Amino acid sequence: MTSSPPLLDIRNLRTHFDTDEGVVRAVDGVSFEIAAGEALGIVGESGSGKSVTALSIMRLLEEPARIEGGSIVFRGRNIVTLSEDDVRRLRGGDVAMIFQDPMTSLNPVLRIARQLVEALLAHGRFTPKSARERAVRLLGRMGIPSPERAIDAFPHEFSGGMRQRVMLAMGFGNEPSLLIADEPTTALDVTIQAQILDLLRELNADFGAAILLISHDLGVIANVCNRVVVMYAGEVVEEGPTRDLLTNPRHPYTWALINAVPRLDRHVDGQKRLTTIEGAPPDPLHHPPGCRFAPRCPYRIAKCEEHPELLRVGEGRRARCWVTQAGRELPGRTEPQPAAKVHARAATVRDLAEKPILEVEGLVKHFPVRKETLFERRRFVHAVDGVDLAVEHGETVGLVGESGCGKSTVARLITRIHEPTAGAIRFEGRDIAKASRRQIRPLRRRMQMIFQDPYASLNPRMTVGEILAEPLRFHGITDGQAATRERIRELLALVGLSPRAADSYPHEFSGGQRQRIGTARALAVEPALIVADEPISSLDVNIQAQIINLFVDLQERFDLAFLFIAHDLAVVRHISERIVVLYLGKVMEVASSTELFEEPLHPYTVSLISAVPIPEVDVERARDRIRLAGEPPSATDPPSGCRFRTRCPIARKVCAEVVPPLAEHRPGHWAACHFAGELVPRSRLT
Amino acid sequence: MRDVALAGALATEARDARARRTRRWMRRYWLAALGSVIVLAWILVAIVSPYVVPYPPEALDVTKRLLPPSSEHWLGTDLLGRDVFSRLLVGAQVSLFAGFTVALVGAAIGTLIGGVAAYTGGKVEELMMRATDLVLCFPPIILAMAIAAALGIGVTNTLIAMLIVWWPKFARLARSLVIVQRSQEYVEAAVTIGYGPGRILFRHIVPNSMGPLIVLVTLDVGQAILTFSGLSFLGLGVIPPTPEWGAMVSEGRELIQQWWVATFPGLAILTVVMGFNFLGDGVRDWLDPKSRTR
Repeated sequence: MTSSPPLLDIRNLRTHFDTDEGVVRAVDGVSFEIAAGEALGIVGESGSGKSVTALSIMRLLEEPARIEGGSIVFRGRNIVTLSEDDVRRLRGGDVAMIFQDPMTSLNPVLRIARQLVEALLAHGRFTPKSARERAVRLLGRMGIPSPERAIDAFPHEFSGGMRQRVMLAMGFGNEPSLLIADEPTTALDVTIQAQILDLLRELNADFGAAILLISHDLGVIANVCNRVVVMYAGEVVEEGPTRDLLTNPRHPYTWALINAVPRLDRHVDGQKRLTTIEGAPPDPLHHPPGCRFAPRCPYRIAKCEEHPELLRVGEGRRARCWVTQAGRELPGRTEPQPAAKVHARAATVRDLAEKPILEVEGLVKHFPVRKETLFERRRFVHAVDGVDLAVEHGETVGLVGESGCGKSTVARLITRIHEPTAGAIRFEGRDIAKASRRQIRPLRRRMQMIFQDPYASLNPRMTVGEILAEPLRFHGITDGQAATRERIRELLALVGLSPRAADSYPHEFSGGQRQRIGTARALAVEPALIVADEPISSLDVNIQAQIINLFVDLQERFDLAFLFIAHDLAVVRHISERIVVLYLGKVMEVASSTELFEEPLHPYTVSLISAVPIPEVDVERARDRIRLAGEPPSATDPPSGCRFRTRCPIARKVCAEVVPPLAEHRPGHWAACHFAGELVPRSRLT
Repeated sequence: MRDVALAGALATEARDARARRTRRWMRRYWLAALGSVIVLAWILVAIVSPYVVPYPPEALDVTKRLLPPSSEHWLGTDLLGRDVFSRLLVGAQVSLFAGFTVALVGAAIGTLIGGVAAYTGGKVEELMMRATDLVLCFPPIILAMAIAAALGIGVTNTLIAMLIVWWPKFARLARSLVIVQRSQEYVEAAVTIGYGPGRILFRHIVPNSMGPLIVLVTLDVGQAILTFSGLSFLGLGVIPPTPEWGAMVSEGRELIQQWWVATFPGLAILTVVMGFNFLGDGVRDWLDPKSRTR
């Protein structure tokens, strides 16, 4: 397709890090090209070298990293050998880059105007006056309301999504021919992500700038990019048009990536296990001599002992795999079969007889805001404002919502890490909302929590054995040293870790392994309910799938009830029987998982579902989207009436006046909306 | 044969790797190593000096006043004919004792106040931290001088005065460390196990906050020695004729011709403070995960 020379041509790029242990070959012979105006995606797990590739293009590497070899030819000039001055002229001029964290990429002490104008002036194309006018126009183009006023704001006055728009305005200021976006939406909520992805696509079309989009999310890539490069262990393992690559991967790693992600649009009830691949990526210090994916590959053959090259495997496609190069096909997506033993368990019989294990009623938590002046009225963050929910024995209930909706606070109220301001939490029939520490202590054996951050949730100064022994000793579960050690061995085996792990410290484990240790700690006391607060959101997709499978196994084995908190709707749909949707501290909708996704009643749920990108080009681009304008309002000063009305596409006058009650519209399907069911997406998901 | 060659090559490589690591370690920690050698040497001097010094440190001999350094009196004699070398070595006792006492006891008091304040929060925290701010409002040396003067001359009184101005910085540091650790998820995990606040504070939070405190204590011993010498220089520390470096500098400060009287105790203070500073910097680098690449 390239008759003219490509805009960017990377050949055999090698970027290395010198560490105490040896040389880490983070990027090890990467080659690809980008045509003018093209949108190319790079996907891969953390540590695959995708970000280092981007930084190499910008020559933004710092000690101990260095470009060891290869060339990066941009418009006929090799960036690797350019002088520092020439590279500086290129950066922010013809090549712009935006980063993952919009909170740290703007200087907090300078006004937006100053930073934008500075970026425009740096390349000498504008006079100070014209630069300011252009900055205002750019902000407007990026969808920032009343840009004339916004330009004089400080970065902290903007939310994450708004800051990413400012970063985009800065990036496009000098009309670059290439924009590098490194996980630009990973730190944002799904509705904001949808806005930014739309904007990226428009900018690609309108400005004609080529986009290099780095992401771990195949749905995001499917939304924006025409072509994809898949990286693994510092190498490109597959390359091809997004549509073909996602429907028919030609490298087993790509195949595994695609299959490990639960799909919002392909759900079969009762099928809870995901396809995963064994093991972890190789140690970047010692890459295996043969195919780097071979040790984990389900399709490996004898020839995989040799290192394969990236060769053509079809129209516009290349793969680094002996199997597909020999013309063999990988199996299609493992279409979930409706399992014979549906996980509904003997639900009907028992659940009707028993009361729910957990019942929350009218739960409220207000955090006081620090007063800025002495005589100010005391103000509160309404983190949780009247939440009702119930979890049955052995059931998984998903709790979803965007950041700041109060879902983590709900988790910490139920586990009584915080004390609620008002409301009742009935756990196994006893109200623990106001119970003292001593009163709750025996109940702690029945209810445990799994935390979000596998790095922060384990005490770094204790061995895994000591961490697991704590709950055992404290509750007197095991009797004596030997029994404790035996139980720790059992627990480690239960979560798929070797018994030797007991003598190691948490930092010796990967994120996924630590999350297993956290799970073992929760299981130590044999609880009946586990509250899991975003337990997989910081893990790579394949590890996510492994942890989900572990949860499903444990649930079947021990008949556990889960309150599963997440922002990833596909994951929540995949493992939950019922789902509660939260917005600004209030429940918007409660329904069974199937019904919520197939017949959502609340406009917020409808927009949330429509914002999730789906990793298949035709599905993703053909979807009818409901775009939410703006950002969630502040929880210190929530809107009157319905909290969602400020962003709701169908809000009317009554919504500002009357708080809609959570009403049962169908059996078991509750929604808090005056006009429930009126907002319907034209194209259904399934 | 090939195996032998291979084994040899591997051994060479391993040796090279070890040599490389040693070189890198030396480059990073040679100052810290120097610091610990200086500190250990002074501690040794403080312990053995009373038994090995050539002259009793307090022995007067007016016939030998202000002699320059010679083979008999290595560092000369002072205004009252006392041997400077002997007084210098024995003087290490008071200085090191004062330095360690003030830094360690100050750190213990400060950490306790700051830790408890941060963990209880609310009115208690407010009260404790405002008291801390109050002490920090005064210039430390002046306040210590005023307190020491009010209590009277003497090592104990001077130490008490120093402790009163010493703990607030530890209280502030400990408070911020505890606040950081308190919101970590592993602390929440301990809550869900059922632990009470005391057990969480001492079993989870304190061990994880020790790093920066150890660094501050190490750096602070030098500071405390310097301050104590300063107070002695001003006539508040030790009761004469007890040998003490600050007091010795003070005695020699007008003797321009007899430079040895003030210079050598001054150098002693310089080396010991520098030793602790190098050591503290080294400890900080060693505890800082960012400076250690895994």
